[in-house]
Amino acid sequence: MTYVPIGHEASDYAPPAETQEMELYHPKTFIGKYIWSQDAKVIAIQYSITAIGIGMVALVLSWLMRLQLGFPNTFNFIDPSAYLQMVSMHGMIMVIYLLTALFLGGFGNYLIPLMVGARDMVFPYVNMLSYWIYLLAVLLLLASFFVPGGPTGAGWTLYPPQAILTGTPGAGLGIILMLVSLAFFIIGFTMGGLNYVVTVLQARARGMTQMRLPLTIWGIFMATILALLAFPALFVSAIMMTLDLTLGTSFFMPGIVSQGKQLGYGGGSPVLFQHLFWFFGHPEVYIVALPAFGIVSDLISVNARKNIFGYRMMVWAILAIGGLSFIVWAHHMYVSGMNPYFGFFFATTTLIIAIPTALKVYNWVLTLWRGNIRLNVPMLFAIGFIFTFIHGGLTGIFLGNVAVDLALSDTMFVVAHFHMVMAIAPILVVMGAIYHWYPKMTGRMLNDTMGKIHFWITFLGSYAIYLPMHYLGFLGVPRRYYALGDTYFIPESAQSLNASITIAALIVGVVQLLFLYNLVWSYFKGEPSGGNPWEATTLEWQTAETPPKHGNFGAELPVVYRWAYDYSVPGAAQDFIPQNHPPSEAGTGMSDVRK
Amino acid sequence: MTTTLVALAVVMATVIWWLVRTSVGASPWVEERPGADHSPTSTLPLPTIKIGLGVFMAVATSLFALSISAYLMRREGVDWRPLAPPMVLWFNTASLALGSVFFQRARNASRSGQAAGMRRGLLAGGACTLAFLAGQFWAWRSLDAAGYYVASNPANAFFYFLTALHGLHLLGGLWVWGATLVKMRRGAALEQVRMSVELCTAYWHFLLVIWMILFGVLLFT
Repeated sequence: MTYVPIGHEASDYAPPAETQEMELYHPKTFIGKYIWSQDAKVIAIQYSITAIGIGMVALVLSWLMRLQLGFPNTFNFIDPSAYLQMVSMHGMIMVIYLLTALFLGGFGNYLIPLMVGARDMVFPYVNMLSYWIYLLAVLLLLASFFVPGGPTGAGWTLYPPQAILTGTPGAGLGIILMLVSLAFFIIGFTMGGLNYVVTVLQARARGMTQMRLPLTIWGIFMATILALLAFPALFVSAIMMTLDLTLGTSFFMPGIVSQGKQLGYGGGSPVLFQHLFWFFGHPEVYIVALPAFGIVSDLISVNARKNIFGYRMMVWAILAIGGLSFIVWAHHMYVSGMNPYFGFFFATTTLIIAIPTALKVYNWVLTLWRGNIRLNVPMLFAIGFIFTFIHGGLTGIFLGNVAVDLALSDTMFVVAHFHMVMAIAPILVVMGAIYHWYPKMTGRMLNDTMGKIHFWITFLGSYAIYLPMHYLGFLGVPRRYYALGDTYFIPESAQSLNASITIAALIVGVVQLLFLYNLVWSYFKGEPSGGNPWEATTLEWQTAETPPKHGNFGAELPVVYRWAYDYSVPGAAQDFIPQNHPPSEAGTGMSDVRK
Repeated sequence: MTTTLVALAVVMATVIWWLVRTSVGASPWVEERPGADHSPTSTLPLPTIKIGLGVFMAVATSLFALSISAYLMRREGVDWRPLAPPMVLWFNTASLALGSVFFQRARNASRSGQAAGMRRGLLAGGACTLAFLAGQFWAWRSLDAAGYYVASNPANAFFYFLTALHGLHLLGGLWVWGATLVKMRRGAALEQVRMSVELCTAYWHFLLVIWMILFGVLLFT
């Protein structure tokens, strides 16, 4: 290969666009700094702690569910109603209150200003309100555990008519609190989302062109756009269902006889609810997946010491997935009785979305190819993500096809599929990201041994849980069932498989406590990390102080001279060149060695 | 869901077109040439707060498009008995349109530095909006008096739902409008409130368009 300098394009050179210095709010009291804080970094940590806290509740609920499934007739306190309530709350909390809040409210708040080179979010006050409304939503959700009748047991999809009919657990206050909590969550999220989008658009440091943004930011940015446009569907359906429940309207409620009594409803359309719900619900998958895609791209590039393969393709893939995610929703509704021709259309769009997604997977693998790989804990989690994501993606192709889905719908196969693709895969990225950015947040490394134990048990344990679950689905074991009873087509051995899944789930659950312990232990006793322990190029690692102070970058904002992926540049003094290193200091850059 | 898809297709197409346009032809791996001027950061040539309002209006567009989609899908039901919108809605529409005109005048006055004209425009615009909201409430009362209760038919329920949703957005706008008036009463200079006036004007035009669409949908279906 010959190395020759390439010419600079005219479009690279236009008059400089200075980013205005922003006026920061400077709190003086402890409460102003850490409670009613307007600093995105503090808000990020508030979001993360709240999300992980409520996520722990959902984790415990999943243990209880697994105890019932693995060892039926053993635990008296789990009756069918309680089981359905656990299923519903586990799903809703994990998808919305943990993953969405953690990726966008947590990582979005922490990383966007730091990675784009801004002092803070553009609307800090609104950003603060966003967190407190989120907290209110979480508290309302928690309150539903303590009201008469308990939380809703309608399933996380809250399908009417059963969601609000007497006889469904939590059909009174439980479901109302859930719907109101969702409405608040969406209002709070919209406030945060405005910040994430506008900060990425308008507050980037000088020289930080859009195509120099790290993929983490691209992922969070596009996910936020999806969330801003898709959450209104959930908002509308939550409000309408509340009206059906409280005022007796019939938006979704058909004429129905409940417990021998004709109810006042008539003519409403449960399928309308399903359309609205999945119009939100499918983009929601990508709201969780796109930040994970972005973060994992950066983790892989940093730890393979190579530039990400096909950066522009990665960006366009994110855009394509974002666009397509709005026209695949009805693949969740093949069995709802909708027009079969719709099924054909949605199966096609669903399969098309596999193309940009597969492109991303190839690019991650090609980034690893011949990389100088550092198998540290974040990298282990990133590679683990590729495995679980491919597995979940492949079973998605099964379920995207109408003919296959009809047989597998509402079986454990579906549970296994979506847990692999949007529970385990994003959670592995969350873990990898926490191991990666914890040193920036605290100034200390997380303990490596505990991290490796955490990774291997989580990763292998996830397979021990979900691989057999696919098989249970093939056998026809239905999801959301409290007990199987005497079902002739399900062999006895399915029960022993269920028991083994439960044991694996408990072990994986317990090792998450080790992770939490590591978070606390390392905060006090972890090895000091310095400013840039991973030798990464992005701006958050170039701050003057670690953890960064209020205002992020000290006296002067950074100026960006290159993309985020100058690793192992031939001829450079070190194997990474930070984004804010001027060309003269860095020796040579990628542009001079490429042909 | 066609309505929603059309509305969102427009929003998404704008976003993706703009993002692709700024990214096609870029060579991200090329570093800055020493001593040269910097590449433009390609931020949008608008004040940040206006972009914020624009993003919010996109969210509201999605919300209303979804509501209209739900309306159009639900009216296929056999139990749907169309409701004749009360005549007062014509008066209300005229008030809101007039409000929008006054806001536009306030904005123009603020641009040419006429504080008195701006104040007049704002007050008149707000008054028209209050008249609109009072008229909407009147419409509710008259429907209720005529026996069109919220739960008696889905057409009624949607009427109350859509008008309430729109009214709440206007109330949010009036909150900013009120805050601007308070600022002016406390002696804020024209430059300090100009942006608020511009934002209010854009938001009022937006809500007028949304109302026209809603009214059209209610009227012709």
